[in-house]
Amino acid sequence: MSNWVKVAPFDEIPKLGARVVRTKDSEQKEFDIGVFRTEDDRIFAINNTCPHKGGPLSQGIVYGDKVACPLHSWKISLVDGKAEEPDVGETACFNTKIEDGFVYLELKA
Amino acid sequence: MQKMKLVVVGNGMAGMRVVEELLKIAPDIYDITVFGDEPYPNYNRIMLSPVLANEQTINDIILNTREWYAENNITLYTSARINKIDRKNRVAYAEDGTSAEYDRLLLATGSKPFMLPIEGANLEGVIGYRDIKDTDQMIATAKTHKHAVVIGGGLLGLEAANGLKIQGMEVTVIHRNEWLLEKQLDKTAGKMLQKSLEAKGLNFQLKQNTKEITGKDGRVNTIHFADGSSLPADLVVMAVGIRPNFSLAESAGIYCNKGIVVNDTMQTFDPRVYAVGECVAHRGISYGLVAPLFEMAKVCATHLANFGIGQYKGSVTSTKLKVTGIDLFSAGDFGNIDDGREEIVLHDAVGGVYKKLVIKDDKIIGSVLYGDTADGAWYFKMLRDGKPIHEIRDHLMFGQDSLGNTGHQGQDKAAAMTNEMEVCGCNGVCKGTIVKAIQDQGLFTIDDVKKQTKAGSSCGSCVGLVEQILASTLGGGYAPPSTSKAVCGCTDKNHEEVRAEIRTHKYLNIPDAMKGMSWRTPNGCATCRPALNYYLLSTWPHEAVDDPQSRFINERVHANIQKDGTYSVIPRMYGGVTSPDQLRKIADVADKYAVPMVKVTGGQRIDLLGVKKEDLVDMWKDLDMPSGYAYAKGIRTVKTCVGSEFCRFGTQNSTQMGIDIEKAFDHMWAPHKVKFAVSGCPRNCAESGIKDVGIIGVDSGWEIYVGGNGGIKTEVAQFLCKVKTSDEVLEYSGAFIQIYREEARYLDRTVHWIERVGLEYVKQRILEDAEGRKAAFERLLYALQGAVNPWAERVEKREQHKEFETITI
Repeated sequence: MSNWVKVAPFDEIPKLGARVVRTKDSEQKEFDIGVFRTEDDRIFAINNTCPHKGGPLSQGIVYGDKVACPLHSWKISLVDGKAEEPDVGETACFNTKIEDGFVYLELKA
Repeated sequence: MQKMKLVVVGNGMAGMRVVEELLKIAPDIYDITVFGDEPYPNYNRIMLSPVLANEQTINDIILNTREWYAENNITLYTSARINKIDRKNRVAYAEDGTSAEYDRLLLATGSKPFMLPIEGANLEGVIGYRDIKDTDQMIATAKTHKHAVVIGGGLLGLEAANGLKIQGMEVTVIHRNEWLLEKQLDKTAGKMLQKSLEAKGLNFQLKQNTKEITGKDGRVNTIHFADGSSLPADLVVMAVGIRPNFSLAESAGIYCNKGIVVNDTMQTFDPRVYAVGECVAHRGISYGLVAPLFEMAKVCATHLANFGIGQYKGSVTSTKLKVTGIDLFSAGDFGNIDDGREEIVLHDAVGGVYKKLVIKDDKIIGSVLYGDTADGAWYFKMLRDGKPIHEIRDHLMFGQDSLGNTGHQGQDKAAAMTNEMEVCGCNGVCKGTIVKAIQDQGLFTIDDVKKQTKAGSSCGSCVGLVEQILASTLGGGYAPPSTSKAVCGCTDKNHEEVRAEIRTHKYLNIPDAMKGMSWRTPNGCATCRPALNYYLLSTWPHEAVDDPQSRFINERVHANIQKDGTYSVIPRMYGGVTSPDQLRKIADVADKYAVPMVKVTGGQRIDLLGVKKEDLVDMWKDLDMPSGYAYAKGIRTVKTCVGSEFCRFGTQNSTQMGIDIEKAFDHMWAPHKVKFAVSGCPRNCAESGIKDVGIIGVDSGWEIYVGGNGGIKTEVAQFLCKVKTSDEVLEYSGAFIQIYREEARYLDRTVHWIERVGLEYVKQRILEDAEGRKAAFERLLYALQGAVNPWAERVEKREQHKEFETITI
C-alpha cells in the first residue's frame, strides 16, 4: 500500500542541494531520508546513508543526478541509489512527487 | 537512431585501448568490429619478455578475453588479416573473405620487426621478436637446441637474450655499438649493464656486424660476422629495431611517410580514417613504447566519440628494462654533446650504482639511472615539467628524500611522492589516484589496485612502487585528493587556464563560467565546482557570487563533519589567547548541548565535538564567539608562544603579533588551509618552521618563513626575509598569502605552490617588487573588507538558512 506524505514546500529544498527528512520505519525506528533537488528542478529521495561508511548523503555536493558523499566522496546516483563504478553499493530510493508547490514522499505503509 | 559502424584493424594494445576509452565515454554510438591477424584476443605484448623468462604465462597477459568482446557487443575476427580497404565504398576486406563496412575506420596495425637484409635471413630458426608465435617458437627451440644468437643489444634484444638464457640456451648477443642500449644509456651505464648481464651468463660481442647466416637442411646453423669469425647458431633472433606497419594504409592510398601520417587528433588524410599506435607517424615521429600509444588512444577516443576535444602533442618517453634484478631507468637526452649542457654524475662502481643527470639552461633534459632507480619518476617529472632546478641543485643527486623531509625516517619512496606524480607511466596513473582507490574502495592487494586503477597492469615495472603505496596507505594517514592536469573530467582545461579565462571574461558565477568554458557536464562535479567557486571569489571579490552548493559541506555549514555525521564547533581564540569569561561560556554550552567531547586542538583553541547539525545555530547563539574557520580552505589559526610579555627569553611580543595577524586576515578563503605561527624568539616554541607562514621574533625585528607544512609529509618552511616592524610583518605575509590565493591551484598548500613556481619567484614578487607587494597586500585587505562572522550571520538570519533544520514527518 502506498503512503504519500507531505514533506515541505518545494522552494525549501535548495537547488543542487538537499534537506533531511526524519521519519520512522515499520519498526518505529528513526531514520533519515535525503530529499534532493537537481539543477533542473527534479526531486529525488534516497536513504540518507552512504552504502560505504554510512555518511549522510544529504550533506554532499549535488551535481547532475548524483551526489558525492561528504565523507569519502563515493558518487551515489539519486535515480537508483547505486554507487558509481568501480565502487559497489546501493542505498534505498523513495518515490517523490510535487503537487501544489509541495514535495511528497512515498513511504512504505 | 541507427548506430555508426566502427571497424578496427589491429587487435593489439593501441587499437583496443581506443575501444576501451571509447566505451567509457560513449558506449552506445558505434557497432564495433575488430580484426586481428593473430589467433588470440588482445594481449599485453610488452609482457612477452616475462613470459619468455618463465615469470608469467600467456593467460596472465591476456588483456581482454573473448567474453569481454561479447559482453561489449564487439564483433571480433581473429586470424583475420585485412588486406584491402575500399575507401570509396567504405569496406574493409580480410584475406579470408570476411568484410565489414565502416563509417569510421581505425588503423592500429602496429609494427614489424626489422629483418636484416642479409643472406640466410629467411632460413628456419631466424625470427623476429614480436608476438606470441615468436615467443612460443623460442620456448620450443630452447627445448631441443643449444645455441642462440640475438642480434641487437637494445631493450627487446636484451630481454629476449635474458629469456632464452632462462629457457636454458647458450646465448650470445651481437651488437654493432660499443656498448649496450646506446639509445637509453651512456657508455658507463652500458658497461655496467653488460657486466651484470654477463654475471647472469650471457655472452656479448660488441662492435660486431653480422655478414650472413648459413644453414643446414633449411635450418640455421652458423652465423658469420664481418670480421671473419663465426658462431654456431640454432636460433637467431633479430631485434635490431621495428618498422611501422603501414603497407595496408599505403595500398589504400592513405598518405604515409615512414608511417601513417596523422594530425594531432589522430586523424589520417582521410577524415573517416583514424590511426594510432606504432604504425603512425605523428609530427614525423613513430613511437615504439606503450605510454605514447595510450596517450594517442585517449585522444583518438574523444574524437571518435564526437567530443572533438583533446590533442596529442607528442610524448617524452622514459624506459625501463624488464630484466628481473636489473634496475635501470633513462629518460630524455643524455648524449655527450657540447652545447652548454652540464652533467652531474654519481658513480659507485663497486656498489653498482650510477646516476647521471644532464642539465641545460637550469633544467633537467636527461637522466640515466643504473642500480638505484627509485628517483627516476621524480627526475622524469621535473624533466617533463621543465622545472628550474638551481634551488635544489646541491641536493638533486641525492634524491627527493634529501629535500627537507624531516620526521619521516624509515618511510619509503612512495611516501615521499606527491600526489600528482606519476606512478604508472604506461597508463598515466598518479599516486593520488591509487591512494584514493585504495582508501575509497578498501583495496588490499596489488591485483585489486591494478584492476581498479590500471596502475601496474601494462609493463609492470612500477608494481614495486604500487606495492609501496599500498603499504604506506594501508598503514594509515589520509592523503588529500590530487589535482591532476585537467581540473577534472568535466573539462580539459587545467587550473591555470580556468583561472585565466575567469579573469579575461570576467565570469562572476559558476553557470556562466561553465558555459563560457564549454564544460562537458551541465553542472560540473564535486571536484570542479568547489575549485571554480574559489577561483571566482578570489578573482572577483565582492563581485562574484558565492555558491554555497558548490562548497564542501564543512564550508557550507561552517562546522567540520565527523565520521558519524555530527559536527565539531571550534570558536576563534585570536592568537590562542582566551579568558575566564570565554572558558565559562564554552563550558556552559558544552553542558547545555551535552557535547560528548571537549578537546584542546593543536591550533591552540577548543574543539566541541559530536554536535548535531540541528543544534549548531543555537549553540553559536549561546557561544556568541566568532567562528574559528577550523573547517575552511582558508585561514585557520595563528599559533603563538608566550612572547616578551611574560617569557624571560622573549624578544618580541609574539602573542600580540599573532592576534593582529589573525584579526587582519580573519574570514580569508584560500586554495587550501592556511596556518600561521608567531614565535617570540629563535627557540621557536610556536613551531613556526612547519607553518604556511612562520614568523620568528629576533632582537632586531621579525624573520618570515614560508611554505612549511606539518602534515603527511613534513616540510620545513623556507626563509623569505627579515623585517623590522609588525606592520611590515602584516604587509609581507599578507602579500605572500594574496599571491598564493591568486595563483595557486585549488587544494595546493603553500608548499606545493612554491614547489612549482620556485622560491625565487616568490622572493621576486615580494621582495624585489615593492609596489607589487603593496598592491597585493591592498588586494587582500580589499577582499576581506566587510566580511561578516558566518555564525552570527546564521543566528541572525535563521529563516534564510533552512539547511540546519531537519524536517520530521
